[in-house]
Amino acid sequence: MAETTLVDARGSFCPGPLMELITTLKRAQVGDVLELLSSDAGSAKDVPEWVRKVGHVLERTERDPAGVWHLFVRKEK
Amino acid sequence: MRIVVVGGGMAGTIFANNVARRLASELRAGKARITMLTASDKHVYQPGWLYVAMGRMTPDELEREQASLLDPAIALHVDPVRTFALADRHVVTASGRTHEYDLLVIATGSRPVPEEIPGLKEAAIHCYSAEDALHFYDRLADFTGGRILITVGLPHKCPMIPLEITFAMHDFLHDKGLSDKTEFYYTYPIGRAHSLENVARWASPEFERLGIRQETFFNLKEVDPANGLARSEEGAEVKFDLLVTVPPHRGQAVIEANKLGANGFIPTDRYSLRMVGEHADSVIVLGDTTNLPISKAGSTAHFEAEAAAENVAALVKTGRAVRQYDGKVFCFIEAGKDRATYAMFDYTHPPQPKAPNAAMHAFKMAYNKLYWASARGLL
Repeated sequence: MAETTLVDARGSFCPGPLMELITTLKRAQVGDVLELLSSDAGSAKDVPEWVRKVGHVLERTERDPAGVWHLFVRKEK
Repeated sequence: MRIVVVGGGMAGTIFANNVARRLASELRAGKARITMLTASDKHVYQPGWLYVAMGRMTPDELEREQASLLDPAIALHVDPVRTFALADRHVVTASGRTHEYDLLVIATGSRPVPEEIPGLKEAAIHCYSAEDALHFYDRLADFTGGRILITVGLPHKCPMIPLEITFAMHDFLHDKGLSDKTEFYYTYPIGRAHSLENVARWASPEFERLGIRQETFFNLKEVDPANGLARSEEGAEVKFDLLVTVPPHRGQAVIEANKLGANGFIPTDRYSLRMVGEHADSVIVLGDTTNLPISKAGSTAHFEAEAAAENVAALVKTGRAVRQYDGKVFCFIEAGKDRATYAMFDYTHPPQPKAPNAAMHAFKMAYNKLYWASARGLL
């Protein structure tokens, strides 16, 4: 069954939000949704770029009042 | 307080020694007790494997007897834990012995798992054990030219290794007069040469200056060893003559077997370093074993261990913790055989690496010897 998994990468310079997302997504099930939390504005650009390249789906992107990005990615393959 | 430390690597050893020094009088008076349970009677300085892979160190230089590093007040048992009974506050070891605790420190580390990517284990060389580093040197010393492909798995221990191994191989083959016959093909999982933006900003021009080709957004999917071909999740195919990898890692199997954390990494509070959940009051997690989104590196383990030790000693003496771990990491970056720089950062301050120089390389070489003072909790 599809699940939503939280990947809290706030304050992560190394490995950084996208590497945390890739790591978690690799071991997720097809159909699972990951919610990535990032305090790095660069995530709003590099996460969609990688998701598009690999063929997963970026369901939505939000920025909360604290400035944290929430990126919802669904594993497609 | 009965303190049981599981794991005799950097985090466990630095923590245990640091606490033992701070609680010397309590240990003598029987008010505190420290027990270490570990899988090996040897302690290995793993960052040294890079130099073994380049033929510049031998594995024996990187090993000490674990007992020789520990404060005499610490009870050492080379008897790894098999069962974590957190609700009952005890662990059971391979020999069947039960150790009860008031505070458990889990520092079992991580392990490379190249076998998780089809073909990688058969085709690639890496430097994540003494044996593998020696094999690496054999292959590098016998290399006569062609394309060297560098791939980086996730997650991995030591975030600087992808750059360091590339620069080190470049200098090694340059000195052998093979530069004209060698093509370096560096790949990286995200859209730049390194996870740290400022490090990537420094590394890419260095690659360009040295003629090292780079491809970003490259996550290895599978390797065809027979045809010397690597394929990425992103759809790229790259031929190679020598495949060098930074393999993906997992936490230890015992962590997964006891269902303490997915992939062997335990959910951990980033500031207190306490295990997240109902056992937070009795379990601390250190080093690679945490699931924190920070570097899996000896430096991280070192600074976490110091913060945790200070807190535990304060708890015993005053009943209150006194520090939060601020995410501090300090990593040397070897930029070739005779120059280095460094990256120092924490949860809120990104690194500002400087241009590599000979003095920083000399400092790194000195630290390779000074490490044994760190392990003893002195530096």
